[in-house]
Amino acid sequence: MKIAIIKYNAGNIRSVQNAIKRLGFESIITDNTEEIKKADKVIFPGVGEASSAMKYIKEKGLDVVICSLKQPVLGICLGLQLMCRSSEENKTECLGIFDSKVKLFPPEEKVPHMGWNNFDSVSGSLFKNINDEDDVYYVHSYYAEICEQTLAICNYILPFSAAMQKDNFYATQFHPEKSASIGEKILKNFLEL
Amino acid sequence: MLKKRIIPCLDIKEGRTVKGVNFIDIIDAGDPVELAKLYAEQGADELVFLDITATIENRKTLINLVEKVAREINIPFTVGGGINSVKDVSALIKAGADKVSVNSSVVKRPALISELANEFGSQCVVVAIDSKFVNNEWKVFVKGGREETSLLTTDWAKKIEELGAGEILLTSMNNDGTKAGFALDITNEVSKLVNIPVIASGGAGKKEHFSDVFTKTAASGGLAASIFHFGEIPVPILKDYLKTENIAIR
Repeated sequence: MKIAIIKYNAGNIRSVQNAIKRLGFESIITDNTEEIKKADKVIFPGVGEASSAMKYIKEKGLDVVICSLKQPVLGICLGLQLMCRSSEENKTECLGIFDSKVKLFPPEEKVPHMGWNNFDSVSGSLFKNINDEDDVYYVHSYYAEICEQTLAICNYILPFSAAMQKDNFYATQFHPEKSASIGEKILKNFLEL
Repeated sequence: MLKKRIIPCLDIKEGRTVKGVNFIDIIDAGDPVELAKLYAEQGADELVFLDITATIENRKTLINLVEKVAREINIPFTVGGGINSVKDVSALIKAGADKVSVNSSVVKRPALISELANEFGSQCVVVAIDSKFVNNEWKVFVKGGREETSLLTTDWAKKIEELGAGEILLTSMNNDGTKAGFALDITNEVSKLVNIPVIASGGAGKKEHFSDVFTKTAASGGLAASIFHFGEIPVPILKDYLKTENIAIR
């Protein structure tokens, strides 16, 4: 299985590669559009800032490539946010795969939402053998509103999209690569799609 | 519900953990990777690695260690000690660290907090405060607690937040090493003053100290070293206890 991790100016992409390796698979980190198109599975990871990430993605022509992919794609954290319509973070127009807007958490609790949290609900094959009470690791100040494509819901300050899916496009707001054995199960579920 | 975090801290010197450990199920007690793996398996929510020598020649050893840890463990980890620049942080993040912890260097030059937050995102930037109660005030100390500054802990915490830090690691020097409990007063004050997560550190000696800090302050996590290293309170036993106390724990 060929797994491509999309390289862009977002931090700590290596941790995704390490997590995949712990599951017994090799992967490449690349911004080469041909390599990405050829892969069986594509992961779109990232922590960082939305507008500079989108700028880089457009410069490299990755926006067109990502939206045209037919194989399973998994966005993680900023990856999920960039797959939405737009983000309040520096008023960024995003890829528009998911019909949702990304907003800043109101400061009613500590922001960023940092640490381990469980689900209000989970659904779909990405969450096979995962229950509502399972905890996964989050680090984010912006959240994607709940929409038709919401696959899992987490509640912090308000209910938001913990995971989304539209056709072959999947995304998680949490970091499966940092979420111990639960995260490993979710990554494995993705690789088995 | 967001869970309170239990965070073991490993002191690193020349690539090895400094204080010995007495776990029977770990092969090399001085190997930080072995210890980190054990803690992750036991249910630690996060780990902190503190390079206590932090000299230029030890930097490569630290980077190698961070790479190894990143390959082996599946929970987030923070690396601190001797970080002075964007370049230092870049090397650690590239090696696989999720967050970095800065202390003396940002007291000297607070703008570094913003530079790091802009470059790597706030979520990467933990500012550690060494605080000591002297003359009726909680003051900020630097250089491993050897040097007093003119800063008040609360003022500095607020400034740190404004400059873009993602988290504060607050150590009470008065409590550190005493095993008499966390400094609840200053932890409470700082954790309610700022809207970023605050991790309490210094003084953990009993399970009850963690329930105290989670019920009597707004701390998001509790950090400790020796009670975990010496197996006095294994992570799973601590977490089971906190669950029976109805504290949100993974």
